[in-house]
Amino acid sequence: MDIRFSTSAAFLLFVCCLLSQTPGSNGEVPPKPAGSVTILPPIKPIDGPQAYPEAEKASLPVFTMDYPRIQIPFEVTLWVLLASFAKIGFHVYHKITVWVPESCLLISIGLIVGAIMHSVHEEPPAVLTSNVFFLYMLPPIVLDSGYFMPTRPFFENIGTVLWFAVVGTLWNSIGIGMSLFAICQIEAFGVQDINLQENLLFATIISAVDPVAVLNVFEDVSVNEQLYIVVFGECLFNDAVTVVLYNMFTFVADMPVVEPVDVFLGVARFFVVGIGGMAFGILFGFVSAFTTRFTSKVREIEPLFIFMYSYLAYLVAELFAISSIMAIVTCSLTMKYYVEENVSQRSCTTIRHVVKMLGSISETLIFFFLGVVTITTEHEWNWGYILFTLLFAFVWRGLGVLVLTQIINPFRTIPFNLKDQFGLAYGGLRGAVSFALAFTLPDNIGRKQLFITATIAIILFTVFLQGISIRPLIEFINVRRTNRNLETINVEVHCRLMEHTVAGIEDLCGQWSHFYWKDKFLKFNTRILRKILIRDSRAESSIVALYKKLELQNAMEILDTVAGDISAAPSIVSLYEEKKNPKPKAYLAGDLRNMHDILSKNMYNIRQRTVAFTSKYSLPNDRHTKEILIRRHASIRRSLRPGSFQNSNVSKSQKYYSLPAGQSLESRFSPRRLTQTDDRETMSEAAYPITNWRSRSSQPTRSSSSRAMMPLKRLDTLKEAVSVDMLNENKEDSGSRAGTTRTNSSSRDSRLPAPRRQLSPPREEDNGFSDNLINVHHEAEEEDHPSPSPPPAWAAEPRYNANRNPLLRRPQWNPKKT
Amino acid sequence: MGSRASTLLREEEIEEIKKETGCKLCQNAPLYLSQTSITNPVFNSVFSREDFQRIPELAINPLGDRIINAFFPEGEDQVNFRGFMRTLAHFRPIEDNEKNKNAAPSEPLNSRTNKLLFAFRLYDLDRDDKISRDELLQVLRMMVGVNISDEQLGSIADRTIQEADTNGDNSISFNEFMKVLEKVDVEQKMSIRFLH
Repeated sequence: MDIRFSTSAAFLLFVCCLLSQTPGSNGEVPPKPAGSVTILPPIKPIDGPQAYPEAEKASLPVFTMDYPRIQIPFEVTLWVLLASFAKIGFHVYHKITVWVPESCLLISIGLIVGAIMHSVHEEPPAVLTSNVFFLYMLPPIVLDSGYFMPTRPFFENIGTVLWFAVVGTLWNSIGIGMSLFAICQIEAFGVQDINLQENLLFATIISAVDPVAVLNVFEDVSVNEQLYIVVFGECLFNDAVTVVLYNMFTFVADMPVVEPVDVFLGVARFFVVGIGGMAFGILFGFVSAFTTRFTSKVREIEPLFIFMYSYLAYLVAELFAISSIMAIVTCSLTMKYYVEENVSQRSCTTIRHVVKMLGSISETLIFFFLGVVTITTEHEWNWGYILFTLLFAFVWRGLGVLVLTQIINPFRTIPFNLKDQFGLAYGGLRGAVSFALAFTLPDNIGRKQLFITATIAIILFTVFLQGISIRPLIEFINVRRTNRNLETINVEVHCRLMEHTVAGIEDLCGQWSHFYWKDKFLKFNTRILRKILIRDSRAESSIVALYKKLELQNAMEILDTVAGDISAAPSIVSLYEEKKNPKPKAYLAGDLRNMHDILSKNMYNIRQRTVAFTSKYSLPNDRHTKEILIRRHASIRRSLRPGSFQNSNVSKSQKYYSLPAGQSLESRFSPRRLTQTDDRETMSEAAYPITNWRSRSSQPTRSSSSRAMMPLKRLDTLKEAVSVDMLNENKEDSGSRAGTTRTNSSSRDSRLPAPRRQLSPPREEDNGFSDNLINVHHEAEEEDHPSPSPPPAWAAEPRYNANRNPLLRRPQWNPKKT
Repeated sequence: MGSRASTLLREEEIEEIKKETGCKLCQNAPLYLSQTSITNPVFNSVFSREDFQRIPELAINPLGDRIINAFFPEGEDQVNFRGFMRTLAHFRPIEDNEKNKNAAPSEPLNSRTNKLLFAFRLYDLDRDDKISRDELLQVLRMMVGVNISDEQLGSIADRTIQEADTNGDNSISFNEFMKVLEKVDVEQKMSIRFLH
């Protein structure tokens, strides 16, 4: 229904456009040709606007319209709105976007609109002039891709990415160009007038692969992460390569004869262009990062700097005719890391939102216009040429992927297998850049219309056919589960556990290649760059920054979400009772299906980190990460709270979620509180990232240090009382209980333990996530500052009293500071 | 830090580790490992939990803490390189020629059984060789978002136990665990491609 609505709204908008035509309107963006249908509003005098007629005729016009004045912005806005309505429409029925990539849908809507326009003999707005596209529509798209690029996996795979992007595109262009030239020689097709240069130019245009549509499929099918990054990076860089080649070939196409010197010069130019673009990008990135160092007083305009500098990088690169796409991509990559540390959190959110929004609009508009223009341009169709182009595009892409993978696999730690290669090859959809390049072909190319038609044909073919069929194909070759209902819940849960484990171990091993340069760069970064570019530079890992932001904002948010579940507290009791008399429950098939559904919808996906960041159409989704971090933090905090040791009946298996009972927890917190107090400068903050938490907001250090003192004693007693045996919880309980009574009498900060103790007695079984939240809740309430500093932090060190390796880089906690 | 470190591990020890874990690459591993996230100024000493916890990706892995815990033998807080490699060796892919060999007197670390044992131990914190309902619930809760109520999770856990439990003790023993997963390609799931 909404789709129909949006179409009819579109139609209405169009009618409005048509109605407001006046002759003599002009302007670069979207002009209507002079001879179009005009219907003038009756009030307006026929012989032209006369605001103040001769004195005799005067009667003050009550209602006037002056369309030409607002025409250009008005029409731009209408088009953008129309495209956005289309986007809303798609998501009404969720399944559509699953099976049909968004680009398909946008093109279809464009086709419909184009058909409407054609039937009323209206011309589409001439947006696709070279300037408009390259100066206004392309930069946001590229900025979007560059800004949300996951840097770590990207740099780890940079060799492969560049290999596929550069060499792959070259391979494709030259291969297709040559084969098409060969075809041209055949008289039967009647295209003999296209010479080699023009063929190469055309081949370059259509080898700009845009596999973005494929990324969405890859996400859902949990494809190998490496593949994902390579596809993403390739998509980005081959735009740059294509544009460079295009410019080169346009130039070459003009020349009557190509000499070997020219080829050599071409190669040299290619490098100049590429590396020059990167250099400009990095330069502007640094300048922008440096600027944001000083913007602490002008927070409102911080996002402006990001956009202005990136756009400036783009324009300056265009000025020198070097690769502006590379410039803007490297600018945003460089900028992002430093800027996100300098700017306020709100600015950070704003930047991300606006970048995503602009990129999204641009891409939408381009596909939309593709659809419109398809109907309304004159086409020159040549069966032979076009069909062969399709064939060659497909064949050369497949061949290219095969050959290139064979060559680069030995250099990769994780080689691509056949399934990956298939995904890469089949995912070679063409997209926006091809379209724009085709339209901006210089007019002196004889067969321009044919090229445009052929390009549009290829884009439509690949987007529709390959785009729609790639998902079933990939699922088919990956055949993970045959029939979900036959699979037991056990298998589902345990398999997910195993996947998380493997992901964790892989992360732990890190990447075993390219470490040398990475290490060097990191050192350089920490020593020099951070000091210059970041406002009071601190050594924080990215996870700390993330954690800070999340904790401050989301402790309450999570509470809100689960607030309903706290009312499930009674269910905890009932669960406990159920445990006492386990009777085999009969599960209906419907129940089972529900369970499967629940699990599949709610279990965390693996590597949320990467997948979330590379979703093209939406902002990075931090939700799961937040949940995991907060939960761990809360569980750790909870577990160390004095009250939690009170219950001797706590079942052996659980007090903490993520950790076994034991000393390891204290160590986690060793340096944490220390960093907030000034008499503990000796503590290194190189330990656990989460613990290395420095709250930016002003937290009175006095109270924190006093709070720190209190539990110290308690944990010391814990230490003494407990043997280093993580199973031995009972001992721990008694020891800590003794400790708590002692400390509680002496502390004035007992408000933290207090609420906990109130909660714990009724609960025998710590079934606790809701427990954690209640604690968080109480703590948040009672602290005037919602920064959850864990009550104990402190002790850790003494843990290793006996066999401490003095060389271990851990702070020497001095327990005498009470 | 890097190149010097590899010499600190004695040759014989490397040979032993290679034999034990079947890991041919582990000769180069010290070099690599010292450069990765687990950095440790003196290489041949030990890793502690902090070193693992420093890895940001593990922090946001829902099972991060348990994975870290799996590296440390019971009750200890440090693991040396050898222990580390032993644990990592669980994830070595099973090569085809090994599948057909008769089981060596001591099963290789990356056999299917040992892989399953690793996974089992992620659940079974108290090492009583049984996954109780609580342990199952904890792991489930860790892996699942906040939108599932305790009741639902409880019934999922119940169902899990019910499916697997054959001897009626309301918990899953290792044999039952293995039986439930007999159709699953554990060898492929629990393998890391570059650990050969």
